[in-house]
Amino acid sequence: MWIAYKTIVVKEILRFSRIWVQTIFPPIITTSLYLLIFGGLMGERIGDMQGVDYLHFIIPGIILMTVIQNSYANTVSSFFLAKFNHSIEELLISPVSYWVILMGYVSGGIARGFTVGLGVFVAVSFFVELQIYSVLIVLITFLLTAILFSLAGFINAVFAQSFDDISIVPTFILMPMTYLGGMFYSIEILPEFWQDLSKFNPIYYMVDSFRMGFLGSSTTDFWVSMAVLFSMIVVLAIVAFYLLKKGVNIKT
Amino acid sequence: MPEALLISNLTKTYANNMQALSRVNLSIKQGDFFALLGSNGAGKTTMIGIICSLLNKSSGKVQVLGKDQSTHLNEVKRLIGLMPQEFNFNPFEPIEEILINQAGYYGIGRSQAKAQAEILLKRMELWDKRSDMAKSLSGGMKRRLMLARALIHQPKILILDEPSAGVDVEIRRSMWRFLRELNEQGITIILTTHYLEEAESLCRNIAILDKGEIIEQTSMKKLLARVSQQTLILESVQPLPEILPEFSFKIERLDAHSMQVILEHENISQALSALSAQGVEIEHVRSAQNRLETLFLRLTSKAS
Repeated sequence: MWIAYKTIVVKEILRFSRIWVQTIFPPIITTSLYLLIFGGLMGERIGDMQGVDYLHFIIPGIILMTVIQNSYANTVSSFFLAKFNHSIEELLISPVSYWVILMGYVSGGIARGFTVGLGVFVAVSFFVELQIYSVLIVLITFLLTAILFSLAGFINAVFAQSFDDISIVPTFILMPMTYLGGMFYSIEILPEFWQDLSKFNPIYYMVDSFRMGFLGSSTTDFWVSMAVLFSMIVVLAIVAFYLLKKGVNIKT
Repeated sequence: MPEALLISNLTKTYANNMQALSRVNLSIKQGDFFALLGSNGAGKTTMIGIICSLLNKSSGKVQVLGKDQSTHLNEVKRLIGLMPQEFNFNPFEPIEEILINQAGYYGIGRSQAKAQAEILLKRMELWDKRSDMAKSLSGGMKRRLMLARALIHQPKILILDEPSAGVDVEIRRSMWRFLRELNEQGITIILTTHYLEEAESLCRNIAILDKGEIIEQTSMKKLLARVSQQTLILESVQPLPEILPEFSFKIERLDAHSMQVILEHENISQALSALSAQGVEIEHVRSAQNRLETLFLRLTSKAS
């Protein structure tokens, strides 16, 4: 079981590494530009937010955004392509349990999220002096976020029938949720109604606790954020496992 | 000794109510080289898909070397190697990696998998291309890659779904030699093919599937013995007379040097002696029709 898991993970890492020009490099460039424009150029005019200057405020959110997008993109594209070119059959005919397949793909998503997130962190640290309040909180939040969105990408890939289907969710659901999850602002500046509404957005909890890991301050209790993240992971993992076991859109 | 494959009452009905298999019963002995023939849409690929866990069955039982697929799925999976009809590998993956990964899914460590991959890729004449992406291979090479992949975990039963499709004659013959070697080593081989010559040349036993039902299961020898009629094309040394003499078999002049002979009760040497007695010396004999093809068409048209 361990060998099969390791094989899937290594295969996934090699897959996104081989096409680093598409998978690793562009998000590092894009997010560095975000930081330069929103943080560096416009940040001075915006002033402080949540007690720190705007540039330092948005860095955690932007790093987490790349983690979310890349973890999701890795599983959705890899698993959909495996369905599309039928190479998923290599796994289906083998004695690999469904949990191992799921964990393998999710680990691939985590690996890409980590690689790109770390790339952005390193790129940013050339221009900004970064301080981390708690490495443990940063790493735990990163890990849970990457697991959650790798699972979501996997479920999207199971249902996807065409290449359009793997871009609809990231464009119309994931992107608005990410932008409205407090990545660029603290929800404290919103009217009460919108503050309450933001709390239904799971990305808010991830950004909030990730930011806490960097800045040491948050708008929601850390353990509430962890509970939200953990419960969502459990739900999505069960759904993904059920779909895989049933062979939805994989076996007829 | 348990059967290599024992299928009982296997039925498959797709979501659109199309019944691909209807209460199929099939038994294949260990060490056999077995042909599973049928026209397009007869249900061969569906049956293979179910045996290899790529499709869900509607009802029935599949046992591999005495192990029930429903209760010992992973053990059954380990016993089978599949070379499918359609290319089903990642075209953007290097060839050697495809084999090593497949071995990994069966729990074989990387170093052992690498050694096994080297043996198979050399045997398949793909070793020089081991670092190339699979998409760069020709059709025949892709088939050989899939055969190597099917063997990477050293299965006891090898299922080949149209292994020679798109493979040139030379490679096909070399593949046949390799398959015979594998069979001699004790691997049970189940083959589906549209090249009936391939089935006739390689297989000892045969089943014919038509519209989801097994309409015939017997030995190749017994089946071929049912075709008493042989049609041969004979080439003569000297030019043939315009009107050929009478023989106990049917004969028809095709051109100055060739004739078609239909044998029902005589064998070839009797026919050649009779021709020689009439001064017709034969320098070349070839079969005008594949016997298995004749029988296959007869059986499947009777069933329909």
